[in-house]
Amino acid sequence: MFTYITRRLLYAIPILIGVNLLTTLLFFYVNTPDDMARTMLGEKNLTPEIVENWKKDHGYDKPLFINTKEDGLSKVTQTIFFQKSAPLLWLDFGSSDRNNVDIAEEIRGRMWASMAIAIPTFIIGIATFLTFSMLLAYARGTYLDIWGVTLCVVMMSVSALFYIIGGQFFFGKMLKLFPISGYDTGLHAAKFVILPVLIGVIGSIGGSVRFYRTVFLEELGKDYIRTARAKGLAERTVLFKHALKNAMIPILTNVVVSIPFLFYGSLIMESFFAIPGLGSFTIDAIGSQDFAIVRAMVYLGSLLYIAGLILTDISYTLADPRIRLE
Amino acid sequence: MPVILATDIIIYLVFLVIIAGIVLARNGDGYLSQIWQHLKKNKLAMACMIILVLYGLVALGDSIRWRDKIEPAPNATVASSKTTIYSANAHSLLDRALSGLRAKDEKTFSAPLATKLFVKETLEITAADGTVKTVREHPPLKHPGSHLLGTDKVGGDVLMAALKGVRTGVVIGTGTTIIIIPFAILFGVFAGYFGGWVDDLIQYIYTTLSSIPGILLIVSFMLIFGSEGYQGGVIKESDLWFGLFVPSDRLFWLCVIMGITSWTDLCRLIRGETLKLRELEYVQAAKAFGVSNIKTILRHIIPNLMHLVLITFILQFSGLVLAEAVLSYIGIGVGPEMGSWGNMINTARMELSREPVVWWSLVGAFIFIFGLVLPANIFGDAIRDALDPKLRLGRK
Repeated sequence: MFTYITRRLLYAIPILIGVNLLTTLLFFYVNTPDDMARTMLGEKNLTPEIVENWKKDHGYDKPLFINTKEDGLSKVTQTIFFQKSAPLLWLDFGSSDRNNVDIAEEIRGRMWASMAIAIPTFIIGIATFLTFSMLLAYARGTYLDIWGVTLCVVMMSVSALFYIIGGQFFFGKMLKLFPISGYDTGLHAAKFVILPVLIGVIGSIGGSVRFYRTVFLEELGKDYIRTARAKGLAERTVLFKHALKNAMIPILTNVVVSIPFLFYGSLIMESFFAIPGLGSFTIDAIGSQDFAIVRAMVYLGSLLYIAGLILTDISYTLADPRIRLE
Repeated sequence: MPVILATDIIIYLVFLVIIAGIVLARNGDGYLSQIWQHLKKNKLAMACMIILVLYGLVALGDSIRWRDKIEPAPNATVASSKTTIYSANAHSLLDRALSGLRAKDEKTFSAPLATKLFVKETLEITAADGTVKTVREHPPLKHPGSHLLGTDKVGGDVLMAALKGVRTGVVIGTGTTIIIIPFAILFGVFAGYFGGWVDDLIQYIYTTLSSIPGILLIVSFMLIFGSEGYQGGVIKESDLWFGLFVPSDRLFWLCVIMGITSWTDLCRLIRGETLKLRELEYVQAAKAFGVSNIKTILRHIIPNLMHLVLITFILQFSGLVLAEAVLSYIGIGVGPEMGSWGNMINTARMELSREPVVWWSLVGAFIFIFGLVLPANIFGDAIRDALDPKLRLGRK
């Protein structure tokens, strides 16, 4: 397993380089370093020297991908792409272009707010989805199942905006149970967290319950379930002991990938509820054309995705001893 | 003078494909007519199909547009009156059909089917005896009772705005997948069929693309390309090719980037299926007879992948429509001048803080989204059941 993980980690390097290449290409497609310097400095009487100085200070004074002035290996290393991307490999995010804020510092400060929303949504969500989907699978073919599935289809056809705006209006404005948006530090954060968590769970309940229901039904159609029933086991034992354990593989495939992203937070929810987390940090950076932050966050995102994939593979071996990673 | 947007072509394509499908099914294409027979038994799916066709027709009506000739001013010189001048507004068939509704604008908000304006104004009322009194009252509407969903802040009809949003929703839902289908098939089939370094390269490309958080990719792409080309509203001469074709509009770029973020799933699916097909006897037989690779792919592989393409096309539709509303809402979707449910919700949300609440704009947009996505979900499930018996789970 150790060699497997090492190989996967090594395989991640070309992917991460590709991600950086794409981010750099996208960002500099219309924006030359000169444009960038001008937006960042934003002064009226800019002389070419000031622009050059800014570029030199922030390391944008080199060619993008290939430096023809240098020889040998420096042709590739003395470029914006290499100079900016290489430190990311050992997680050195550098500082932002606009205010010289230390990006790693900023991420450490903001990740708590992101996690305060994402982790409860994740845990409560999984528990709710599995409970309801097992209930529907248990009652398959009855009116409860038919109406449950119908409700799921209806719920997944409603726009997420409706859940968010409706929730803010109903719970925040009419019932005045929770503040509509915002955030606070420490324990005071609790009252700001409940509403986004609630809406996050309700918003994805339809699609998820329907999906897990089909997973369970597929499992319940298999031979070992028939055997278990033939032995005279109670339906509850069949469902929880036999079906749930064997349904773990498709469930894990869906769930584990998103675990690393709990720290990344949800861009959309954070911008709706004014949560000062990593999601809003990224959106603000894109708005203010701060390449350093965008690059760091995109890089972090893909890193987490790759970590999620590896974690998923590892979780398979835990759920099913037959699976060996080689 | 007709004007065709890049996104109009998508709508035309969708209709062409549907018509071609109907013709093929009628002329005895076994596979398609089998699906049709299966669907016909499902009453709910048929009802949903009718709703989807209605939405589609509204979108088609909103995609056929032309510019009116502007009559030269009577005192114009001879030289300038020779060249015909066209209006900068290319109104669509839908705009023209609804011109009556468009003309019936009010001053500001009014509730659905109301006879009076929503806000009070200072009015001067002349009593029977000739004295003039100044009162704060709801003034009567210019066109009482004619706004089924009320009017918005500037007095425009909400129903009209919601109908204008139909085209955007349908274009995103269908266009995104249509743009990516050729690439997904090409890459997926090549990866699965040839294997080796081709497979490695293609897998590398889609792993890289899918490891970038989708929303980040969409936001940065739209900031770069979104401002290029037609944004909705008046058409600039610089956007027009030969006076009739608009090659780039914001909605088109939105389709492209949504496609880039979502093509990996289809590509992966096609690659896996090709891997399976490659080993089947008839493909092996074709190889043994010395049929070229390209011919084998065209004749034996791709036709056997089409059910996957169709399923993906239909199942992605509703998710894309919902995503468009969210993206437009946070300001990276279509421009404010192009009708969109997300834009409607965006402007209407502010009005929720009024007392009493202005709810109809919001509800109108949500009903239109729901009315499109729910039938699409139900119809999509029915098609998937008809196409792929293996996926018919939990049914007896």
